Amino acid sequence: MIECKDIYKSYFNGGVETKVLKDISFAIKDGEFVAIMGPSGSGKSTLMHILGALDTPTSGTYLLDEHDLSKMPDDELATIRRTKIGFVFQAFNLLARSTVIRNVALPLVYANVPKTEREKIAAKALLQTGLEESRFQNLSNQLSGGQMQRVAIARSLVNNPSLLLADEPTGNLDTNTGEIVLSTFQALNKQGRTIVLITHEMDVAMHAKRIILIRDGQILSDKINENQVIANPKKDIDGN
Amino acid sequence: MKTSDLFEESYSALTVNKVRTTLTMLGIIIGIGSVIAMVAIGQGAQGSIAARINSIGSNLIIVTPGAQRGPGVTISAGLGSSQSLTIADELAIKTQVTNITAVEPELSKRYQITAKGTNTNTNVIGTDSSYPTVRNVSMDTGSFINDQQVTDAMKVAVIGPTVRDTLFGIGSDAIGQTIKINSMQFKVVGVTAPKGGSGFANQDNMVFIPISVSARFLVGSNAKGEPYVSTIAISADNAGNMTAVQDQVTQLLMARHKVADSASADFTVQNQADIVSAASGVASTFTILLASVAAISLLVGGIGIMNMMLTTVTERTREIGLRKAIGATRADINFQFLTEAIILTFTGGILGIIFGWGTSLIANNFGIASTVTVASIVLAFGVSALIGVVFGYYPARRASKLNPIEALRYE
Repeated sequence: MIECKDIYKSYFNGGVETKVLKDISFAIKDGEFVAIMGPSGSGKSTLMHILGALDTPTSGTYLLDEHDLSKMPDDELATIRRTKIGFVFQAFNLLARSTVIRNVALPLVYANVPKTEREKIAAKALLQTGLEESRFQNLSNQLSGGQMQRVAIARSLVNNPSLLLADEPTGNLDTNTGEIVLSTFQALNKQGRTIVLITHEMDVAMHAKRIILIRDGQILSDKINENQVIANPKKDIDGN
Repeated sequence: MKTSDLFEESYSALTVNKVRTTLTMLGIIIGIGSVIAMVAIGQGAQGSIAARINSIGSNLIIVTPGAQRGPGVTISAGLGSSQSLTIADELAIKTQVTNITAVEPELSKRYQITAKGTNTNTNVIGTDSSYPTVRNVSMDTGSFINDQQVTDAMKVAVIGPTVRDTLFGIGSDAIGQTIKINSMQFKVVGVTAPKGGSGFANQDNMVFIPISVSARFLVGSNAKGEPYVSTIAISADNAGNMTAVQDQVTQLLMARHKVADSASADFTVQNQADIVSAASGVASTFTILLASVAAISLLVGGIGIMNMMLTTVTERTREIGLRKAIGATRADINFQFLTEAIILTFTGGILGIIFGWGTSLIANNFGIASTVTVASIVLAFGVSALIGVVFGYYPARRASKLNPIEALRYE
């Protein structure tokens, strides 16, 4: 359960104040699949950072599962990220020259989960994203873009997060591979996972159940997506 | 984050760029290795100097004529050539000083020595039968001068192995041969065993004759007509009594020579321990000098570590951002990078110790005495770990302070 109330965010650069977010208020219930859409410079990335506990708002409150994150110190935010949030990035951000399983298990290292347990959880998460088991011991840089993003999704799932945050997850992928990734998100949402997708592409946003449109740091519209597109990838180029 | 995971993360990060890791570690290996080797060589030198000095006698106290010497070297024209010590002094020490095992007089002078057309110029020492006991001399063949030969002033000689080799050929049997010292014939009755040493201290390049002979026929007596000596060597019964014996000898000789003030004494009493400590003082300065040169290379190695860690932090900015995004705390990041630096220096330290030890063994093979001590290993180990902490601290701190948002955006 996410609740944002009157969120403002300003940056000060050389004494000049830049207001990035102005009066943002919305709530996301568990199990929702929300797309936050807006052109570059609209403030959607800043909003994502706040939702992901990477940053705090200048004013306003942000509640995640009843925790007020708005004034939390760094190390407590790290704990929130470790226990409640899963990130998927545009550039995947996998550890190069590390195996798939090690990449996926990485968040659990910081949660003090023993190694064998870690790998068990990681394997389960990987199967959920549809990566074949024969790839688990491959090095991350031996994978295709679509496979890398699925590894990254699996990594975001291992801590069983309350919120899965995807920042332009299809930005580095071709259309069909993007469809594969989006279908993975839809499948996860069907299992009850709360997902927030940040994108600037309407096509991508259309896959979510609800779309929040942002422009110039303000919410322009917040609607249920009546015409949700169901991802329908063509025959998998990876052969999956 | 668990310790085992910390090590695994650090290990896998270090193995990503093996060449760089190896080269950086090489700095530490050479640094630690040279500290170990240099200290080993320095201490080996100290040990061998002490051993050489000890080889000239055990618990030795040496009395020489001439002014008292202070610490260090005082150039004094008359030292050793003065004729103030006499056989009577030697006898007085023998009978009146306690805690001594033996006393021997020496009257030495350089002479040209000839035998069968060959010749050499060396020290001829007039002494008595106590010489081997006091000076740790053992015989190779024949026997040393005995009391009878001294009493009867027999023209017999004991020669050192170098003299034998020069005059009669290497390893030849010299017993019964005749040598001429100052045109006087002496019969060779013994050859001493080799002791080593070089230059003026060469213990093997000497000829020994009864002191009575040298006083009567070679050197002569002093102005007062008394037979004089150039050295009186005393052997104390144990190392603990050295100072006491030295004091007794000083008191006795001051009384005999009617000197009230020890500063104006016409003789010098030197303790072997003083000579050893003076010489090993020189050697330890030498050790410090070598070690500090080596320490500089260790410092350079440490700077190499810091340089590599800073490059690594920059290169892995996105990785640091990711780790923070998935829940790593500042402390987690800090420890990881610090651990990487410490693994580098620790492994480098162990390899450096092996390298240094190997170098010192090779040096030993080439005849350079070197001793690797436990203390130097422990020190090197501690220093290498410390270098890891010191030079890893700043890069690790920098990594831990990175803003995750900016780190994730870093290209």
